[in-house]
Amino acid sequence: MSFITGVGLTSYGKHEGSSSLDLMSQAAQLAISDAGLKRSEIDGVLCGYSTVSPHIMLATVFAEHFGIRPSYAHAVQVGGATGLAMTMLAHHLVEAGIVKHVLVVGGENRLTGQSRDASILALAQVGHPDYEVPLGPTIPAYYGLVASRYMHEYGVTQEDLAEFAVLMRAHALTHPGAQFHDPITVADVMASKPVAMPLKLLDCCPVSDGGAAFVISRERTGEAGVRVRGCAQAHTHQHITAAPALSELGAEIAIAKAKEAAGVAISDVRYAAVYDSFTITLAMLLEDLGLAGRGEAAAKVRAGHFSRDGAMPLNTHGGLLSYGHCGVGGAMAHLVETQLQMTGRAGQRQVRDASVALLHGDGGVLSSHVSMFLEQVR
Amino acid sequence: MNARIDDWTAGAEAIVYQSCAACGGLQYFRRSFCVACGAQDPVEKYASGAGTVYATSLVRRAATPETRAHIPYNIVLVDTVEGFRMMAHGDNDLSIGDEVTARFVPFAGRLVPYFEKVK
Repeated sequence: MSFITGVGLTSYGKHEGSSSLDLMSQAAQLAISDAGLKRSEIDGVLCGYSTVSPHIMLATVFAEHFGIRPSYAHAVQVGGATGLAMTMLAHHLVEAGIVKHVLVVGGENRLTGQSRDASILALAQVGHPDYEVPLGPTIPAYYGLVASRYMHEYGVTQEDLAEFAVLMRAHALTHPGAQFHDPITVADVMASKPVAMPLKLLDCCPVSDGGAAFVISRERTGEAGVRVRGCAQAHTHQHITAAPALSELGAEIAIAKAKEAAGVAISDVRYAAVYDSFTITLAMLLEDLGLAGRGEAAAKVRAGHFSRDGAMPLNTHGGLLSYGHCGVGGAMAHLVETQLQMTGRAGQRQVRDASVALLHGDGGVLSSHVSMFLEQVR
Repeated sequence: MNARIDDWTAGAEAIVYQSCAACGGLQYFRRSFCVACGAQDPVEKYASGAGTVYATSLVRRAATPETRAHIPYNIVLVDTVEGFRMMAHGDNDLSIGDEVTARFVPFAGRLVPYFEKVK
């Protein structure tokens, strides 16, 4: 058994003057306090990476900076899936009895620490150095390729994709920590600047500063009873050129294995936290995971299915698209929000029932996937 | 080790792929072994440049001054008649399913494959 005993999240957007270590430290302190623990009780540290301040031993750099001496520590790098991959590892580490309390932390000053061009350029390097990168693709272009094919095969339109941006913005409006606070419409998304067609600016998540952290523990440390019920990964390719057919992508493999590991069916799920780097990412993943039929996710958004008061509340903090995306911390905010929902602490965003949650992360270009079920324990 | 043929990634006007003598597997990204069966030294072959458009994305926002000078440019995935998939540039109005053929154009100081519709 493992429990998410504490969570911490900074606001996303601009944190002028804060380094990646500062943002990681802020989030870490919040999470440890939330778990009711002392720093000295943290015996494991897993952290992600920072594109602004790359280091070959970031976990140790962080531990020294933060002032702890863990008995287990290293970084994990799986792109956007890093947060959930670290959570999965922490779950297994505490279950195996290696450590008692693992601090999982990510944070980066990605917005103010470098130019937006530098950020876009750094991320485009997930492409193949010989066969893709020389062609000048950007991350939006990799996902634009996927979007064009998905729209072609399943009859999805640009207006359909825009619905996901509007939904994430509507959710962000109710969270003071979100990067964006202006409501948007489908027409706004359609009229936003073209980036890599069919994706436009508002189909893309922003670049943000921010930090997120959680503590994964062998036993509960207080009232919060949120346990990892089961999880699984799948890695089918790195480069989009080498990706399998749309019907054979890793999300479907990961969710099938996670359902088996957890003994949970999609019909048991009451809250969803799904990776949303682009509108197409969210649309595809919802359908791959079985939270909507093929080509039907947008219609479900329009019907309010994924709204806070709907049958399957989704990313109630606003997701990467509108809460913000600071790299590894970006999708960790999804888990922080899920834990708050499951412990009844989401305030004005609180949903009626978050007893079973499904989380899903994606790294690269739909390359690496982690599916995870969390369960409320009374 | 079979002879290595220069392709566009090495500045030549050619698209090259590898074919495994043992299992018949095809691969586009060059390796010293077959990714399907592990056999050494897959044979290098020239592709015809003919194929079908699998996906497209017209880039309107680039990240470097060199690539920005070419905006807009269309990134395409093409399924070649030989049976492998590759990324390239193409005409801005290409649609999925179009039959295309490759030529080579300068881009950001290099030569890149560029697909246009078969007339």
